[in-house]
Amino acid sequence: MLETWVVIFVPFAYLGLLFAIAYYADQRADAGRSVINSPYIYSLSLAVYATAWTFYGSVGRAAENGVGFLPIYIGPTLMIALWWVVMRKILRISKQHRITSLADFIASRYGKSALLGGVVTVIAVIGIVPYISLQLKAVSASFTTVAGAVPGLGDTALWVALILAAFTILFGTRHLDTAEHHEGMVAAIAFESLVKLVAFLAVGAWVAWGLYDGFGDIFARVAAEPDLSPMLAPFGGVGGDYSSWIWLTILSMFAIMFLPRQFQVTVIENKDEDHLRKAIWLFPLYMLAINVFVLPIAFGGLLHFPAGSVDADSFVLTLPMSQKQELLTLVVFIGGLSAATGMVIVETIALSTMVCNDLVMPVLLRMRALRLNQRRDLTGLLLGIRRGAIVFVLLLGYLYFRIAGEAYALVSIGLISFAAVAQFAPAALGGIFWKGGTRRGALAGLAAGFAVWFYTLLLPAFARSEWLPIGFLEHGPFGIELLKPLALFGVSGLDQITHSMIWSMVANIGAYVGVSLAHAPSAEEHRQATLFVDVFKRPAGAGARFRRSTASDAELFNLLARFVGLRAAGEAFAEHARRGANTDLVHFVENQLAGVIGAASAHIMLASVVKDEALTLDEVRTVLDEASQIVVTSHRLEQKSQELERATQELREANERLTELDRMKDEFVSTVSHELRTPLTSIRSFTEILHDNPQLPAAERQRFLGIVIKETGRLSRLIGQVLDVSRLESGRVEWHESLLDMREVIEDTAASTSQLFRERDVRLERNLPGRVPKVRADLDRIVQVVVNLLSNAVKFIEPGRGRVEIALAEEAGFLRVDVRDNGPGISPEHHEMIFEKFRQAGDPLTGKPQGTGLGLYISRRIIEHSGGRLWVSSRPGEGACFSFTLPLVVEASLGRAA
Amino acid sequence: MEEFDVRGQRLAALCLLGLVLFSYPVLAVFNVHGTIAGIPVLYAYFFLAWGALIALMALVIERPD
Repeated sequence: MLETWVVIFVPFAYLGLLFAIAYYADQRADAGRSVINSPYIYSLSLAVYATAWTFYGSVGRAAENGVGFLPIYIGPTLMIALWWVVMRKILRISKQHRITSLADFIASRYGKSALLGGVVTVIAVIGIVPYISLQLKAVSASFTTVAGAVPGLGDTALWVALILAAFTILFGTRHLDTAEHHEGMVAAIAFESLVKLVAFLAVGAWVAWGLYDGFGDIFARVAAEPDLSPMLAPFGGVGGDYSSWIWLTILSMFAIMFLPRQFQVTVIENKDEDHLRKAIWLFPLYMLAINVFVLPIAFGGLLHFPAGSVDADSFVLTLPMSQKQELLTLVVFIGGLSAATGMVIVETIALSTMVCNDLVMPVLLRMRALRLNQRRDLTGLLLGIRRGAIVFVLLLGYLYFRIAGEAYALVSIGLISFAAVAQFAPAALGGIFWKGGTRRGALAGLAAGFAVWFYTLLLPAFARSEWLPIGFLEHGPFGIELLKPLALFGVSGLDQITHSMIWSMVANIGAYVGVSLAHAPSAEEHRQATLFVDVFKRPAGAGARFRRSTASDAELFNLLARFVGLRAAGEAFAEHARRGANTDLVHFVENQLAGVIGAASAHIMLASVVKDEALTLDEVRTVLDEASQIVVTSHRLEQKSQELERATQELREANERLTELDRMKDEFVSTVSHELRTPLTSIRSFTEILHDNPQLPAAERQRFLGIVIKETGRLSRLIGQVLDVSRLESGRVEWHESLLDMREVIEDTAASTSQLFRERDVRLERNLPGRVPKVRADLDRIVQVVVNLLSNAVKFIEPGRGRVEIALAEEAGFLRVDVRDNGPGISPEHHEMIFEKFRQAGDPLTGKPQGTGLGLYISRRIIEHSGGRLWVSSRPGEGACFSFTLPLVVEASLGRAA
Repeated sequence: MEEFDVRGQRLAALCLLGLVLFSYPVLAVFNVHGTIAGIPVLYAYFFLAWGALIALMALVIERPD
């Protein structure tokens, strides 16, 4: 028996040494010369997996059923073979998103859901509590074994819990790190892994070759013992059936990934992705090494001690003690302490980070009354929460130990925790390979799996400890046999862990997949899913591309400073500046914050500062981009086609105009030839008559000559008009403008055409005012117009009863001349047509043209050139009134005044 | 999937091999009484197979590309 003071002093000295190592490593880290930046240290730190369970419990398990301890290490070996695929991905994702814990990882994957982070944390804490109690039990039991009952010490386990809490607080929460790195802790853990391995190998070697004569000797003795020999081929007997073995293997495969402390050392504390390469074979090798002597020690203990006299969990200690190997005992005690403290330190730090970041902070940040948003420095609060969480978790472990821990062997307690963390597997593994997994699905799966675990493993543990009525186990709740926790729905014949694993995985995976498929994910979920699943498809920092949010640098700095302190925030910003402006500052700060308070909390905090949290989903944006591109293109196309259409229309119109002009020219030429031919034919035929008939009576000859003269006149008039038209149209007319008194013009014209009126017995009435202002125009042309209008009126009027009135009036700056007749009138559809070339309204019955068809056309051109208008107003049967206006001349009044 | 490079595929194959080696029915083959060099057959098998698996993993992962 060791001296009590030695047993008390040595552990404290050992813890002091650990602290020194951690302190040294932290100093080196601050100086930028990390001691843990090595694949070997990384591999050793992973060996935190080997706890008091391994150190003491494996031997106990082996002594019970032979190979039952092995799947706990073979499972992880198989899983680690997949790490190159799975863990490399998790590492990449976690580095990009600055993941701080397992809860953070899962919450981040499913749209930074604070609720999901909280659920994972609660499951982790409750699930891990038995595991912590296992360590407390092992340490206090080993202490009692080594030192015996120490008077006045009271409850050893409580002391152990409190001392470990204090030590962990010193270790893990001295200061905050924006990346949640605990270099000192990792260095100490790696050292502890060496210590426990050496201690275990030492005691194993001593048992094998000191106490016995090698492996062969031990196994030969076991084979000779009828009670023990079945253990050499244990399957189907003491070792349970194969399905239990396989399920334990699967359970351990999940545990190596999702135990909070494993996630902490493997993912969070990883310095370099490439360290994985060595760890993939070194860590399994470590597990193999620490297991080599388990069976020899177990069998050695079983052979050495009378059956049932010593707890097999303590063989590692009691064997050297029984031979008074005091130094070896002390080494083993320290080895066991290493295994337990390593686990407790990392596990509680990991859990405290989760409790702080994913459970307490999201709630506090949402409680407006606390005004945390306005607090300038939150680092103290964060540290306080973490320290509280460490104490809380350890006390829970102590409580569990007191309530339920005494009745179970170490491994059985630990397996309950394994089964709890296995519930994270569907959501976490599904989350990195399946984009379809949603927040609701993850919540449903975790809740369902956890509920089954709670009902089939945790409650029975309490019931076995007589904390719940044992009838609950034997007959089911309220006597319902189907709901018996250890034989759910009547499924019996399985061991407790297998039974619980099967049902909880059915519930978990079923709910996760089912609910995920039933509901569409939100934009944020989809965004994160894409970032996680496609992490290898994107360059680092690509997440920033999704965010279009703005906040001032000062606001972002203040926000970060509140959580990490001014100095750290300054360093972070300087680092960002060094990296160049290619990463979004908002994204950077959120990442930094996520490193301290987790993704969900960081998201909430950022939302309070960032103005425009317009989170658009990758696909949607791409689709929108493409769609808007298409819209723009099609819009342009439409514009182009419209322009084309317009141009075509213009072309067509121009073509039509040209064709019309061409047609009109042809028509003009043919009309002119026709009009010229008529009088020519007439002249020719009459002159031929005169030429051929010299004996024609004089009167007859005279009449024919008169016709010839008249036709010649008509011909020359026609030619004159055609010339006028061509001159007017080509603008080659010479205008001799002068001031005209329209009264005189009309009087003169009326006089010169009086012969015409007399001939057709038409009365001409003149309705002229006393005096009118003068107009400026070409006299000859205006006369031509008036003559044309008067002769037109006469031409179409019925001889005898005809009456033509010519009126002159002044109106609104114009002089107006009306020539009114009482002829047949003109139908409205011809009102414009008659002003065109060679068009006549002519009597459709006679069809005989009574003029050249150019007069009105020429008149209109003349009046329009003089600044007036010429039009006709008429209704069939009521006569016609041709009117034209001429503008008055301003100078005219001046001239008159002078 | 990019993460399944050649190395990842080989390691995944080793994982499957391990699952076969350490489950029924292969285990049943070795669940017999008898010894190999003084070590019970089943235990010898476990540690040899386990060690071989780790060696293969080391070989795959440390082999230069």
